[in-house]
Amino acid sequence: MKRKGWIVLAVVVVVVVGVYSWMKGSYNEMVRLNEEVLAQSSQIENQYQRRADLIPNLVSTVKGYAEHEKSTLDQVTEARAQASQTRIDINDAEALAKFDRAQGELSSALSRLMAISESYPDLKANQNFRDLQTQLEGTENRISVERRKFNETARQFNTYIKMFPRNILSNLYGFEPVNYFEAQQGAETAPKVEF
Amino acid sequence: MTKFTPCKFWLGLCLLWMALSVPFGAFSLPEPMSPPRLVNDFAGLLDDVQRQTLEQKLENFDRETSTQIAVVTVTDLEGYAPADYAQRLHEKWGIGQKGKDNGILILVKSSTADSRGEAFISVGYGLEGVVPDITAGRILDVEMIPAFREGDIYAGVDRSVDVLMQLTRGEFTAEEYNGAQGPGAGALILFIVLLFMMLFFSSGRRSGGNDGHSGGGWIPPMIFRGGSGGGGSFGGFGGFGGGSSGGGGAGRSW
Repeated sequence: MKRKGWIVLAVVVVVVVGVYSWMKGSYNEMVRLNEEVLAQSSQIENQYQRRADLIPNLVSTVKGYAEHEKSTLDQVTEARAQASQTRIDINDAEALAKFDRAQGELSSALSRLMAISESYPDLKANQNFRDLQTQLEGTENRISVERRKFNETARQFNTYIKMFPRNILSNLYGFEPVNYFEAQQGAETAPKVEF
Repeated sequence: MTKFTPCKFWLGLCLLWMALSVPFGAFSLPEPMSPPRLVNDFAGLLDDVQRQTLEQKLENFDRETSTQIAVVTVTDLEGYAPADYAQRLHEKWGIGQKGKDNGILILVKSSTADSRGEAFISVGYGLEGVVPDITAGRILDVEMIPAFREGDIYAGVDRSVDVLMQLTRGEFTAEEYNGAQGPGAGALILFIVLLFMMLFFSSGRRSGGNDGHSGGGWIPPMIFRGGSGGGGSFGGFGGFGGGSSGGGGAGRSW
């Protein structure tokens, strides 16, 4: 009798310890992955901020050469102001869509601005403008890289918390799947397949 | 790579698999050549001597500073934008050391009958401070593209590598390089290039073909090998270190 009691106690202890370490491990891993997702999302925000910081300089440089393009320049300034009012919230699909829309509008305003520069040879030859153009291109590249990296991190996190039986724990702890960034127009062109 | 069988079913399956894997990237990117080396001339734009000279220089630099400068030439970007292709390749191969991210990838896509040539300098996270985008663009404008336009791929790459080495060594700063493109700096760079060429031409002759025999050359091997006594041409490079890139750098077409 006494021996049976010990066995039961041992089993209970093993189960309790096992469940505890599973819960602890899962929770810590969720926290770690979630932090990675957050860090990555702030990387994206940094790059958008970097782009926004380039714009005043760019606008004033273009203004010196192409005053007739006032409406395009105003559109850029306006879109920048709109975009800087939105923030990334990866748990709010609507806010994320709004952020993307505002930034997308800024992107298209900027590409219009870069397109008109083609008709101003003096502007195109200006070293300051060329530098700004290079920086802008670099920033756009970084944005698409960080977005892609975010989606990879987010997929890891989402997969982790959605897997059975861990999904029970993630519900318990209140971890929710985060939203992905939509593929940017042009940035994620599907490569052609050739044999 | 999956082998294609005549069976249509398998072909279909392969096509499906390819279609599925393409959006996640890294599918059509080449694998690094084996044994690992820093000059991966897929497009065959360099001759043997040039390739070896450049390889030696880059390997020595890697050994000395742990900064990895890789040169990759391709004939096709598989539909990627140059920046995208370069960044993905940089990340996939892991150019630079893990954690330090001190890798630079010089990607050259040769110009073909129906497409322009593209060049991109992809700069790892860790070197964005010493090689900002503007400077990478300036190197392309001043060192690389003019030589490429004259059809001299080697000179363009070699000169760019020299500047990148000096920048990452801290011999001059990006601002100094950006600011000084007068005849003075040009002459200095030319001098350095000539010096390198002289040194490495002798090295190239010493090692002969790429079979890597260690013949007793007429130049003492210690200049290049630190007294280790020749050896295989590619023996010095142990592979890429797992560095990553965030899309820094600049690109130009010619």
